[in-house]
Amino acid sequence: MQIASARYARRRAANAVMLSISLAAAVFGLLWLVWILATLLINGVGSLSLTLFTESTPPPGSTGGGLLNAIYGSFMMTLIGTVIGTIVGIMAGTYLAEFGKTSRLAEVIRFVNDILLSAPSIVIGLFVYQVLVAGLFGHYSGWAGAVALSIIAIPVVTRTTEDMLRLVPNTLREAASALGSPQWKVVSMVCYRAARNGIITGVLLAVARISGETAPLLYTSFSSQFWSSDLSQALANLPVTIYQMTLNSTDPRSVELAWSGALLITVTILLLNIIARALSSLGGKQG
Amino acid sequence: MTGNGAQVTTLDVNINVDRPNDLGRDLREKISVRNLSFFYEDHEALKRINLPLYERCVTAFIGPSGCGKSTLLRILNRMYDLYPKQRAVGEVLLDGENILGPKQDVNLLRARVGMVFQKPTPFPMSIYDNVAFGIRLYEKLDQAEMDSRIEAALRRAALWDEVKDKLKKSGTSLSGGQQQRLCIARTIAMRPDVLLLDEPTSALDPISTAKIEELIDELKTDYTIAIVTHNMQQAARAADFTAFMYLGELVEFGETSELFTSPKNERTHSYITGRFG
Repeated sequence: MQIASARYARRRAANAVMLSISLAAAVFGLLWLVWILATLLINGVGSLSLTLFTESTPPPGSTGGGLLNAIYGSFMMTLIGTVIGTIVGIMAGTYLAEFGKTSRLAEVIRFVNDILLSAPSIVIGLFVYQVLVAGLFGHYSGWAGAVALSIIAIPVVTRTTEDMLRLVPNTLREAASALGSPQWKVVSMVCYRAARNGIITGVLLAVARISGETAPLLYTSFSSQFWSSDLSQALANLPVTIYQMTLNSTDPRSVELAWSGALLITVTILLLNIIARALSSLGGKQG
Repeated sequence: MTGNGAQVTTLDVNINVDRPNDLGRDLREKISVRNLSFFYEDHEALKRINLPLYERCVTAFIGPSGCGKSTLLRILNRMYDLYPKQRAVGEVLLDGENILGPKQDVNLLRARVGMVFQKPTPFPMSIYDNVAFGIRLYEKLDQAEMDSRIEAALRRAALWDEVKDKLKKSGTSLSGGQQQRLCIARTIAMRPDVLLLDEPTSALDPISTAKIEELIDELKTDYTIAIVTHNMQQAARAADFTAFMYLGELVEFGETSELFTSPKNERTHSYITGRFG
């Protein structure tokens, strides 16, 4: 009994030590996140004002101005990238889950998609630069930026769509088929409904992912000082604008605006993630 | 597998159509299963089955797990077609037409031969849309016609009174027994000729089970019904004819009252007296 309690004490001690280490690791990880968010809030809130949304980026050295052109550019490119990414991604994911299944072609697509999912975004930026900016268009373009973003969004949406459709119980497909429903109706009327929340979650995560991307835009849309709604020209956008306003900048107003822009992106992505999480937990309850 | 081809010829067909039967009317074969074998890849799951399903009668398929009774049922609406490595050999005649033939449109067949599954499978949509789903596939009705079709189907499935005030609510919000009746309503709303029920009460409590059995009894005035069941009492209660299957073979087929009181085959006798299975 003496020995047993000694072993027990040792086990308790080991447990306490390991628990403390795990806790410290968790705190260490979260510390940076909290630090980043706090810094963003402290520095960004100060220059948040209505002009942020109503005026374009000011010329260097001047005061005032806002981020309207960058916000608009980011919004448009993210929107178009999301639309393309959602359409292609949902169709590809549907093919993989409902039609291709374990066929050779489907296995190849799945493999390539997984590679694309983890491809560095700067490579995608360079690719679109080579094909569209240096090639087809001959100049920087908002369209090229949107295409680059869509290439990042496609694998995310494809993967989640496939995963969510696979969670739909087969009995539901059989039940719909048993009513004489052709397969495309089974998928579009029943499987999509059952997987809807999960698929929307995937799309939101893709939006969150592409709305903060800088590297692919640097090569494609680049940036612009001025207000422009023309997507076929270089288009201002938040990530690249922030990059330019802070790098080597001695202009305090630029830095201030950059902080606000960074806060804006972060809050947007945070909100998207929260909505995505809420939706997916809702989907979990249904399934 | 102990069975072999030669044994099939010993099938004890316990019915004579010319003879007066318990139902007191002439019987017509709605479905005739002829020399039907079925394969999962190379495994022969059904061995040269011959079986009639009589019009507007309930026929129960009983037998121990893995005997092939669900497999047989899933051939009658070609459900197995969804899976590439499964195939059927032989003939299944529905009103004289071979439904296994290449000319048979599978979706049209399934609209005529409805199926209800073991687990309730409401679609993730409103109660109304669940019932309307199948109708919309094949018919274009105006709102009033659709409403009345849906009410009729839900009434027929003994569910109307429970759901009439919440037709817009999700089908998945109902209880298990209600969900199963919703699935029956959804199937009969299409006005099929034949109803296939694959252990429709095995996931339900006794009260819901009793309701479904009452419903089966009521539905057979219009439909030819085949029911797979693990529950011998259920077969005895609900079915006019019973087929006992074992290891992929049809061992005995006959009027339920006779099959349960004086089985011709020793294995049937052992099974219904609870000695195996």
